[in-house]
Amino acid sequence: MRPLTEVETRAVFGKLGRYIGENIQLLVDRPDGTYCFRLHRDRVYYLSEKLLKVAASVPRDSLLSVGTCFGKFTKTQKFRLSITALDFLAPYAKFKVWVKPGSEQSFLYGNHVLKSGLGRITENTAQYQGVVVYSMADVPLGFGVAAKSTQECRKVDPMAIVVFHQADVGEYVRSEDRLS
Amino acid sequence: LVARLPEPTFRLPREKPPPRPRPPTRWEQFARLKGIRRRKRTSLVWDEQAKEWRRRWGYKRAGGDPARAWLAEVPAGADPEEDQFARLRREKRERVARNELNRLRNLARAHRAGAAGPAAPLHPTGHQSREELGHVARVARVSTASLGRFQPRLPKEPAEPPSRNGGRKRRFEPLLGNLAAERSRQLELLRDMGSKKPVLDITRAVNKQLRQEEAEAAAAKGKKQSQRGKRGRRQQRVGRSGKKSGARRQQQRPAGSGTGGR
Repeated sequence: MRPLTEVETRAVFGKLGRYIGENIQLLVDRPDGTYCFRLHRDRVYYLSEKLLKVAASVPRDSLLSVGTCFGKFTKTQKFRLSITALDFLAPYAKFKVWVKPGSEQSFLYGNHVLKSGLGRITENTAQYQGVVVYSMADVPLGFGVAAKSTQECRKVDPMAIVVFHQADVGEYVRSEDRLS
Repeated sequence: LVARLPEPTFRLPREKPPPRPRPPTRWEQFARLKGIRRRKRTSLVWDEQAKEWRRRWGYKRAGGDPARAWLAEVPAGADPEEDQFARLRREKRERVARNELNRLRNLARAHRAGAAGPAAPLHPTGHQSREELGHVARVARVSTASLGRFQPRLPKEPAEPPSRNGGRKRRFEPLLGNLAAERSRQLELLRDMGSKKPVLDITRAVNKQLRQEEAEAAAAKGKKQSQRGKRGRRQQRVGRSGKKSGARRQQQRPAGSGTGGR
């Protein structure tokens, strides 16, 4: 386990910033305690200082996971956000997409969101903007990338993809073994 | 009157570059130091036993075939139980191995010396680049008895912590270092990253254009009064001054204001 280097921190914050914008400050600088990011075996974990001090006494080979895994660095050093970060990112999300109940299941199986399944979308979403996907009951379902801006969304045909799937809560069941 | 010219000689150019001089081996250095010169050995030696000239080594050598030596005396002071033949064989193997090791070491030394290339001079020539001068200055700083630890620095010279590994191994921050400092560094980084966000001028302009087209199309087609009113209100809300930076705009806007199919 080690702190992130400058380059790695930039990559992580850049990725998080695509979804929550400048609200990352609220993750870095919390009123209820000191939280930090640590890297362990190419995965980025978000944990409190208290937990960090306890985890420091665990040998590296035995340590599986600490705190919340936000994502991992791939072999080519790109940061990939994982679904386990949803609880922290959903409250601070800047751009949201609500999915109709009918195509909720489709999204949870890993498919993209089509125009026919789109309930609501935040005004002024740019194309390729990171979004958080919600169900109509305001339950966060996962992350995505807006395939079309809000304006274009209104005009496309119902079978067009409007949100690319990035991560969904169904992964807790599907890829149980691959999650940190 | 005939002039005889010499025979024409045709000299082919070299196919490969000439071999570069290799550094002297350890023995060569020692020999040069001591002044030992090479003596050419004769290839034939007088064998007293066979009363003829035999080779120094090889087939039918002087001194007999070592494989057929039937006697190996126990030297004075050696263990009587020890197998002398085995000892001779082992010692020969060790000698050969040592020779091979030294040969490979010399080879490696020559290879390393060649690969390093000519070193940059440490005295000032008139033609040194900025990096070379920096390197030379660093070498001069470190060439003191305390390896440069107490050397005063020039006013603008940056204070470098001495890297113990000479720049080879990566060093990371300690796991539980100063967390407050880490947090402030991260906030600083966020500020830097945030300030350079590009303004989405083109996208906004495109969206604005689309909205205008929509409004015109709706007005031209003469849709229902309620829908037109709704769209008009939406446009009024959304159509603020278009070229503000995205960050500022997102701050003012409450998250979650929806439009769309409803």
